[in-house]
Amino acid sequence: MMRFILPFMVFFVVAVFLYVGLSLNPREVPSPLVGKAAPAFILPQLHEPAKQFSPQDMKGKVWLLNVWASWCTACEGEHPVFMELSRQNLVPIYGMDYKDKRENGEAWLRKHGNPYVLAVSDNEGRVGIDYGVYGVPETYVIDKQGVIQHKQIGAVTPKILNDKILPLVKELQAK
Amino acid sequence: MKYLSILLMCLLPALSHAGQATDMAADPVLEKRMIGLAENLRCLVCQNESLASSHADLAEDLRREVREQMQKGLSDQEIIDYLVSRYGDFVLYDPPVKKSTLILWYGPFVLLLLGAGVLIYQLRKRKSQIVETELSDEDTQRAAELLNETPLPNPLPQAGEGANESLRERHVEDNQA
Repeated sequence: MMRFILPFMVFFVVAVFLYVGLSLNPREVPSPLVGKAAPAFILPQLHEPAKQFSPQDMKGKVWLLNVWASWCTACEGEHPVFMELSRQNLVPIYGMDYKDKRENGEAWLRKHGNPYVLAVSDNEGRVGIDYGVYGVPETYVIDKQGVIQHKQIGAVTPKILNDKILPLVKELQAK
Repeated sequence: MKYLSILLMCLLPALSHAGQATDMAADPVLEKRMIGLAENLRCLVCQNESLASSHADLAEDLRREVREQMQKGLSDQEIIDYLVSRYGDFVLYDPPVKKSTLILWYGPFVLLLLGAGVLIYQLRKRKSQIVETELSDEDTQRAAELLNETPLPNPLPQAGEGANESLRERHVEDNQA
């Protein structure tokens, strides 16, 4: 009896490991920043470079920080989701134009619409490094105390927004 | 002369120093130190490349960051901590031993022990299965007879000898083949 059960058990264990292992997305690197304070920065605003923006300004509010760029094709895919979200006015969305030329970023927002309360430009990608950005788009959910509560790597789909981000935002806003 | 030139040409690649995508810092010592450190760090964009060899934009930025921190006088460990605090253990090619990496570090040894255990168990079991049976005198004698028997000179039927009968049959079969 054992000679049948044993190979089956070994097969089962290997199968479970492979199933879990292969369904993981190797592109999704868990961020050590979740649960930590959002790194401070001061960056010029995209539309009015003379003005600056810092996450300090957002204390007391739950907000989304969306890292995007005009050269990023996946950003075009998620953009309608943010346009719709900004119309619903549920949570303020701030944009960070990552490693991009100012005029390209502005032109892109003119063409696709601007869902952001305001956007900042991170020309050299230094703030991006502080935030552990390694590919755009990435989206951070930041709570009232300025702590990063979630990092979405890759495009935000309506499903991710409704299943994950919005419930989290509501929970954080109620706190 | 011809051979010498071929030999010299073979040496050419050594001069070209290909592979590393670097914008060199002014200080070659620092650059070397930076590359040495970056070789042990993983690029997050091209995940199978090191930070030293990757041409990805982010890798270039991170090399710049590492270079600047070295110029500021930070130690290698401080720079590694800086990167880990942003990108996680994922950037390390040599992951630290902690709760979540226990299986990674010790799993193979557990499997090895398990395999050795099964092997020993099976060998012991097999040993106990082998039963030494003593040959009776009769059997010994018969075995000796069979061993001493020469091939039959010709297939003549000999009545009353069953053992030879079967041998003869086999002999005939061999001839036919």
